Amino acid sequence: MNKRSRTLEIHTSPHIASGASVDVIMRNVVFALLPVAAFAVYSFGLAALLTVTVATASCVATEHLLCRLSNSPSTVRDWSVTITGLLYGLTLPPALPLWMVVCGGVIGVGMAKFLFGGLGYNAFNPALVARAFLQAAFPAAMTSWTPAFAADRFSSIPASTLTIPFAAPAYDGVSSATPLSLMKFDGQFAASGDLLLGLTNGSAGETCAVLILAGGLYLAARNMLNWRIPASILATVALLSEALHLVDPGLYPPATFMLFSGGLMLGAVFMATDMVASPITSAGCAVYGALIGVLVVVIRLWGGMPEGVMYAILLANAASPHIDALIQPRVFGTRRG
Amino acid sequence: MFGLSRQGPSFAHGIHPPQAKDETSGLPIRQFPFAPVMLVPLQQHIGKPARAVVREGQEVERGQLIAEADGFVSVAMHAPASGVIQKLGLMPSISGKMVPGIYIKSFPGSSQEVNEGIPCELDAASVEDILLAIQGAGIVGLGGAAFPTHVKLKVPADKPIDTLIINGVECEPYLTTDHRVMVEQPDDIFTGIRYLLKVTGAPRAIIGIEANKLEVAESLRSALLAPAYSDIPASVEVVAVKYPQGAEKMLIRALLGREVPSGGLPADVKVVSVNVATTAEIGRLLPHGRGIQERVITIGGPAVSKKGNYRIPIGTPLRFALDYVGLADDVSRVFLGGPMMGQALPSLDIPITKGTSGFIAFGGDQARAQPEFPCIHCGYCVDACPLFLNPSQLGLLAKSGQHQRMADELHLMDCFECGSCSYVCPAHIPLVQRFRGAKAMVRKQQAKS
Repeated sequence: MNKRSRTLEIHTSPHIASGASVDVIMRNVVFALLPVAAFAVYSFGLAALLTVTVATASCVATEHLLCRLSNSPSTVRDWSVTITGLLYGLTLPPALPLWMVVCGGVIGVGMAKFLFGGLGYNAFNPALVARAFLQAAFPAAMTSWTPAFAADRFSSIPASTLTIPFAAPAYDGVSSATPLSLMKFDGQFAASGDLLLGLTNGSAGETCAVLILAGGLYLAARNMLNWRIPASILATVALLSEALHLVDPGLYPPATFMLFSGGLMLGAVFMATDMVASPITSAGCAVYGALIGVLVVVIRLWGGMPEGVMYAILLANAASPHIDALIQPRVFGTRRG
Repeated sequence: MFGLSRQGPSFAHGIHPPQAKDETSGLPIRQFPFAPVMLVPLQQHIGKPARAVVREGQEVERGQLIAEADGFVSVAMHAPASGVIQKLGLMPSISGKMVPGIYIKSFPGSSQEVNEGIPCELDAASVEDILLAIQGAGIVGLGGAAFPTHVKLKVPADKPIDTLIINGVECEPYLTTDHRVMVEQPDDIFTGIRYLLKVTGAPRAIIGIEANKLEVAESLRSALLAPAYSDIPASVEVVAVKYPQGAEKMLIRALLGREVPSGGLPADVKVVSVNVATTAEIGRLLPHGRGIQERVITIGGPAVSKKGNYRIPIGTPLRFALDYVGLADDVSRVFLGGPMMGQALPSLDIPITKGTSGFIAFGGDQARAQPEFPCIHCGYCVDACPLFLNPSQLGLLAKSGQHQRMADELHLMDCFECGSCSYVCPAHIPLVQRFRGAKAMVRKQQAKS
């Protein structure tokens, strides 16, 4: 070459890359969740704002501190813990005492993610583990729902939110029921139009099916979410519950109610699709989704609790490695079967 | 996503890297100047090195035999330039090792006319004669694998061939050599096909071309209708643009819907496939009894000034070639072949060999290595692998050194290192790079036991 000396990199092929990156994928999931979070604040006011913010902050801080304590570089910049925090916050009753929110965040990220080895190694969705912990530890607080669209939601903070740690939370006003608990305990089915638009009570971010679906479509279009998982979950729930509804319309709610109530949409679109805890093949994802769908219907209709999405996904997370072991693509040039 | 797209048939999975072919696909093939000293390694093919038949100080003419095949899986070498044998000795190679070869000091200003040898007449020659002529002409797969062509063509008697596939896909980004050969040398290709049909006994030939070269497909189609060639039972088929469509197994799948068995050869599904540039060389050399002493390569990439397709003497030192085409000041990465499978260069003192299909140079931040993340199980690699392997799982096993298990349970040895998995991996895990290492380890173990 010329007189000047140059430094050339030596790498083995391939010498080009698609440009996709883990942090970019994660960041886009956060973007897709922002409208859902905004609607949570719109419908539940300051309570939801505090809950989602504290949930996210506690998760991010936990991961950052644990990385520091173990003398490894902080991994919060890959954005995955931000998703965990946001999702976790969105699954909580809006006026949950904040100290409980922090407890769950620390447990979820610390135990379900960090102890397993961090991003890529978590067998279970950390946001759901955090919620499951709270469900077990504080069953009463986890089923106390503030009404949506309260008149003073932007001017006052519910008393329960600011409960002193380990004191019993006080709920001002009448704690209102969710569509699922009304179904479970009173046999009433909410109108599906209200459910679709998020005009009902529930966890902070689970109520507006339309925004959740829009976020899911955005991610699916960018190939950052395997659409087969939510499609399979929703199809299974729809088929199964509609069949039961036809058998006994008084006892079993219609498919539209089952699809749009509770945490199903949020779970199907954003929780079950956690890449790490779901199967790697598309066929495996379909099976995994169907498993979640069946579990949701079984828990909701015959279980002791009104909602079953969380446990359905956690159980399917546990099954995911086994689904992967059973369902592998047929290698080119090998015989079928 | 599907086997059939609007562009034409294809295989399942695969990727769509940017083509980057427009800058050179329209440039006619130009003759590259002769370097003052040529380095001709004795092994430029898979198999046994050739045996030198010249001695130091001997004068040779361009195209003269300088090394003969040593055994069946070996081919001859010919002088890339008229000159004098400077020495027989070691020279740098792409593997980083020093390998034996022949140094030729070329005569400046000589006519560089290529001598005629004993022609291999298509009608008079037997199948055996043609195979010997191909071996004697030093022909290897010019697509990059450099496997001796006569070995590939020697089909077992119990495996009849029903289709000869001429591979003009050229799916590697940047490379446009096959494109230009198809535009400029249709006569050589058709003559080559005649030889190949006779050797393989195939009743028909299909020329497979990617849909990004439709005008080439059209011109070959109309050329085939000319009276001189209308007797050739050949057709031109367009396949979808997708990487690695040019891989033998993928092209056979796309054109015929047949899957070459795992661990098997195309002959197992009644096919022989030959690269189109190799076919053209057979058609160009055999009727004149000449040997291969130059080849067409693409020199391209953003950091190259005189981009183009060149007919370059085999043995041209890379440094000489780079000085001629000129590199940008910010050049940061160079490699031989295309960006998907091209080989990194340990040194610029290595020569162009028969297997070199291109030289690409990137500048600045292009293709800079990115930090690695843990595998997040996204499944992109699973959806990319054209052989339906599980690169994610293979990658984890490679990391923990379980090479034998990769081979026994996950078909590691089927991997032909197309690099699609590494290309799509958002965690920037060097998957195919690890598989290369793992395959080498498995082969070593097999050789031991």
